[in-house]
Amino acid sequence: MGKTNKGRGPVWVLLGLLPLLGLGVLLALITLNGAGIGREDVPPVEDLTATRVALPTENEIVVHVTNGGPDPVTVEQVTVNEALWDFEMTPGNTVPPRGSAEITIPYTWVEGEAYGIGMISATGTTFEAEVPLAVLTPGLTGDAFWRYALIGFYVGVVPVSLGLLWYPFLRRLGSSGMNFVLALTVGLLFWLVLDTLLDAVETAGTLPGFFSGVPMVLSVTALTLLGLLGSGRLFRRGGGESSRLSTSYRIAGGIGLHNLGEGLAIGAAFALGEVALGTFLVIGFTLHNITEGIGIAAPILKERPSLSHFIGLALLGGGPAILGTWIAGFAYSPLAAALFLAVGAGAILQVIYEVSRLLLKDSERSRKPALSASNLGGLTAGVAIMYATALLVSV
Amino acid sequence: MRRVEGAVSRRDFLRAAGVAGAVGVSGGLLGAHAGRALGQDHSGHAMGSEMTGMSHGGNGTAGDVDLSRFDPMKFLRHFDYGQERREGGRTVREWEISAEEVDIEVAPGVMYPAWAYNGQVPGPTLRATEGDRLRVVFKNRGAHPHTIHFHGFHPANMDGVFEMVGPGQEFVYEFDAEPFGCHLYHCHTMPLKKHIEKGLYGAFIIDPKEGRPEADEMVMVLNGFDTNFDGANEVYAVNTVAFHHQKHPVKIKKDELVRIYVVNALEFDFINSFHTHANFFDYYPTGTKLEPSEFTDTKMLAQGERGIMELRYGFPGRFMFHAHVSEFAELGWMGLFEVEE
Repeated sequence: MGKTNKGRGPVWVLLGLLPLLGLGVLLALITLNGAGIGREDVPPVEDLTATRVALPTENEIVVHVTNGGPDPVTVEQVTVNEALWDFEMTPGNTVPPRGSAEITIPYTWVEGEAYGIGMISATGTTFEAEVPLAVLTPGLTGDAFWRYALIGFYVGVVPVSLGLLWYPFLRRLGSSGMNFVLALTVGLLFWLVLDTLLDAVETAGTLPGFFSGVPMVLSVTALTLLGLLGSGRLFRRGGGESSRLSTSYRIAGGIGLHNLGEGLAIGAAFALGEVALGTFLVIGFTLHNITEGIGIAAPILKERPSLSHFIGLALLGGGPAILGTWIAGFAYSPLAAALFLAVGAGAILQVIYEVSRLLLKDSERSRKPALSASNLGGLTAGVAIMYATALLVSV
Repeated sequence: MRRVEGAVSRRDFLRAAGVAGAVGVSGGLLGAHAGRALGQDHSGHAMGSEMTGMSHGGNGTAGDVDLSRFDPMKFLRHFDYGQERREGGRTVREWEISAEEVDIEVAPGVMYPAWAYNGQVPGPTLRATEGDRLRVVFKNRGAHPHTIHFHGFHPANMDGVFEMVGPGQEFVYEFDAEPFGCHLYHCHTMPLKKHIEKGLYGAFIIDPKEGRPEADEMVMVLNGFDTNFDGANEVYAVNTVAFHHQKHPVKIKKDELVRIYVVNALEFDFINSFHTHANFFDYYPTGTKLEPSEFTDTKMLAQGERGIMELRYGFPGRFMFHAHVSEFAELGWMGLFEVEE
């Protein structure tokens, strides 16, 4: 028959558009006539999720809602602790599918008490929001900004820096000792990736259904991992192996995203008024994070980077905790939190791959088994350390 | 498990606080610091007090119902005596009542898919005099079997329990009006709870032969609606619409005798109540005696319980009446009398 690669003229463009045209006709038909099983008698599917409840003043409750269903939802009445209450809603009482709105309720709440907020739709369906413990939601003041930064600083930057201080000690360990530390790092990171991923999935589970939260989180994690692996290869194309310092930076980056999640947890706890829980998380995460410094330092034990690199690594690994407390304290969004955590999980996975490669290459060079007693011991010790410190933050 | 999502339950919080306590000295030190760092600095609250902001913030519903569909104010003082005739020397009253499926507005904008007598909840207030012959032609225009069960004396086959009236069918109830009192009628089809909560009930008043003193009479059916079908009421009301008589006070004349026929048709909750402000009322339980049993300002009523309240207001102005079950009051069972000179 004719040549397969004829000219790519207007006809070719039309051929490409043809299936799209057909699709358009099909969609139009379905929209106009229903799918053939159209039922007018079926009640609308209403799915309203309260994404955030804020108490910006002593006599105001503000509920942010998102419509996760296929039909619009009209909020007609609002209750606070089983009392119908006056309210105002912007931009309007009807929330379109995938739309969001803000309900402001003039209600003088009592500090330290719990509140249940109910929203009654036009069809009588009810949706709920909760204030577990009423305290003023911190406004975006300079003062609160610095206080959150301070918390993020001593949860993230300080322990990671302290961990990095082990560097001189670790350097004197010798070759198998260093391998032990690298294996330990893999153990630490293994725990971190599970922890981060489970957090991401849990947060994604609170999202309105249309976000497809859990598949989205898992996909983002996988794509982050693949993207980092691919770009790592790009960097190596010219200079052979990626430098150990850059591996450390990538570990710090992945740990940083994980610490962002920790910052979110702490900031959210404080924003919700759970000061005791927030404080408790601060202690737990601080202990937890000191081990992360070891992980960051492990790949560069054979090198001697300048002090500025150490400062950079500490900031990259710990600094995002500050960002996390800010986000959660001032503008918490479960969607952003889930996405950050998913990216973090992907980044940590990629680092696990990198560090494992370092170990494998070393075992090749030294002709020792990769799963030597010291490597296995390091791996187990890493997981054990994380488990032990995680006990402190498991509530 | 780390908490990133918004809601941390109170129980989790307490548990966390407990463990935090156990962490000990270092926890305490750091805890105190963090608490101070972020916590309860009241200077930040200052801007709150000016923000009372909203014009009429408070307990109640937002907006108003469509009164062309059902006007609680008209229902309040409307008594349906039926078609009156004399047959063989006695008074016969005949009503035609249908069961229908209709969406009713139980709070502004909130629709409830009701089953209703004559398309309204509560059904019409039927009224007769002791000894009248009553004939109720009942037509079922709904999709489910229904009946009318009248409280009072009547033969077994007029009880509205065993003689199911299927969709499209009809049945004629015929019996004598006795005893006098404030009664009710409701559907008695199984599942009974469903047929009552959906709205198939109304007041049924039988006057004593000698009558009662002249008064400004009204009927108040206490009810509630489970709008989300979870087995508990979301909205409470007197005559169906939450807070209606708070928005539209019931006007009465100073010193005039007011007689209220109160019927508790509430489902799910055992006890309802009626409380009048700045006044007391004579209470006639079930309305079957001409002497009041009590002079009080608060009366508890169990499901299906009813009675007559008589009172006069000596002062002009606005006076609340509401359930003394505060939850019901705040969810809609609340109203005002506006006493005029």
